[in-house]
Amino acid sequence: MRVLAVVIRILKQFLHDKRTIALMIVAPIIVLTMLSLVFNGEELEVEIGVIDAPTSVIDMIDQENVSVIKLDSDINPEDRIKEENYDAILSFEEGKMNILLEGSDPSLSNGIINTIKQSSNTDTKSTPLSIEYLYGSQDMTTFDHFGPVLVGFFIFFFVFLIAGVSFLRERTQGTLERLLASPIKRSELVMGYVIGFGLFTTIQSSIIALYSIYVIDLKMEGSFMYVLLITVMLALSALTLGILLSAFAKNELQMIQFIPLVIVPQFFFAGLFNLETISDYLSWLGPLTPLYYGADALRDVMIRGQGFSEIWVDLLVLGGFSFVFIVMNVFALKKHRRI
Amino acid sequence: MTTNLIEAHVSKRFGKKTVLKDVAISLNKGEIFGLLGPSGSGKTTLVKLLCGIDEPSEGEVTVLNQKMPDLALIKRIGYMAQADALYHELTAKENLAFFASINGVKRTKRKERIQHVMKLVDLEDDLNKRVEAFSGGMKRRLSLAIALLHEPEILVLDEPTVGIDPALRNKIWETFETLRESGVLIVVTTHVMDEAERCSRLGMVRDGQLIASGTPDELKQETGASTIEHAFLSYGG
Repeated sequence: MRVLAVVIRILKQFLHDKRTIALMIVAPIIVLTMLSLVFNGEELEVEIGVIDAPTSVIDMIDQENVSVIKLDSDINPEDRIKEENYDAILSFEEGKMNILLEGSDPSLSNGIINTIKQSSNTDTKSTPLSIEYLYGSQDMTTFDHFGPVLVGFFIFFFVFLIAGVSFLRERTQGTLERLLASPIKRSELVMGYVIGFGLFTTIQSSIIALYSIYVIDLKMEGSFMYVLLITVMLALSALTLGILLSAFAKNELQMIQFIPLVIVPQFFFAGLFNLETISDYLSWLGPLTPLYYGADALRDVMIRGQGFSEIWVDLLVLGGFSFVFIVMNVFALKKHRRI
Repeated sequence: MTTNLIEAHVSKRFGKKTVLKDVAISLNKGEIFGLLGPSGSGKTTLVKLLCGIDEPSEGEVTVLNQKMPDLALIKRIGYMAQADALYHELTAKENLAFFASINGVKRTKRKERIQHVMKLVDLEDDLNKRVEAFSGGMKRRLSLAIALLHEPEILVLDEPTVGIDPALRNKIWETFETLRESGVLIVVTTHVMDEAERCSRLGMVRDGQLIASGTPDELKQETGASTIEHAFLSYGG
């Protein structure tokens, strides 16, 4: 009978917690839907530029999902890739075939090489082939490609959770009330959290970044200081978002329930999956997530070795997210004390 | 105008539920005002309104003729909630130091104040212990020490002595009486009848209404009861 009493009590607890019920049902549905859209979306369209190629070769590589664009012979292939969205440029010079790959996505690079090799095999076996990479190299592994995203993701994830839970505790253990019975301003409280956690996250970000670059040996072309700058800005947005969402959670469990709704989707748009293949129904969400910018900037620095001129927009957007979240936090605290 | 420190005439609703209905009290310097009433009668809501954490749905609370909530006035109030409101990962000293700086206790006075309040609650040997190692009564005492820390003119204490043994409770009440003599206003909610006897004035709260108020003797006379407990019961508490 005691067992039954416990069962009934647990069921009653659930019934009193509508949010948990909703999350237990709605969250898996949303995540599954997203996954299906992510994987069953549009096919990847590869763009290959060709210079001075024989028509036979163009016909061979011009398949479904590959668009071949003829380019003038006097252009610089490197500039073309940098400025436009070519994934590769194929050029012929004195009977030699050169492929210049954009190179930041190893699986895409290999796909292009295979397509071109197949087509040239059937044509003339004698055509020598040279392959060059604009960014990355043949040795670049898929993990190198995902690495920067994962670094950003894990920093974001843990900062979000820890900051959110600790601000929530402030409420559940009653210290928030005590603070609000003191002359502290709401904005002071929020800023205290931002700075306190900001300092802690700077250390945390440095350790994670150092570890991934020097221990895991992720590809690292750019400056470490830029990586640190990006991760700290990313962490700041995670921290402010975590604190903000903790206002909508009653306990730690509910805070954790935000993960599938807030954290996991960001993962999809951060570049683990090629963004061009994500269904249009979903792809608009990407630019609304902080991780999208953080991961983009990390890739620019770590894979492409780019500097401040390439990442400042991303940093600015991340700063903007944090600012908006801070302001919203100060307003959310109004619920507890008007002044 | 008057010497009244706090004037309140308030009603409070949460959604459709009326928690306080037309409660009017004025509180003076140098008194201990006890709020008595069954659980759920609205005592905690009332003290939260008094110290400016919450705002009334109707009416207002004024402290020193100024409308609450106001950050400058909040500074003059020491509040102790029913929850202990401590950071469990920190030591007692770290908790005290944190709230001392939040409440604007001067750096030079901080150490002396911390020693002083910890002695009052008999915890001076536990300063460097982490709060998570504290017993329930110790947490309660530390929480009280924090409320006393910045020498407020008004102390609002929600069941301050729950879980504290009689000897120490007596000592704490002696402290309250010393503070009262120095002009501090203390508002305290309690369930303990011998504490009620020690209050200068009492307010009986029931179903969100202040059904009676006066000195302990007045209340006893009014109901013809010999003890506060009987008086409390005859008001239907």
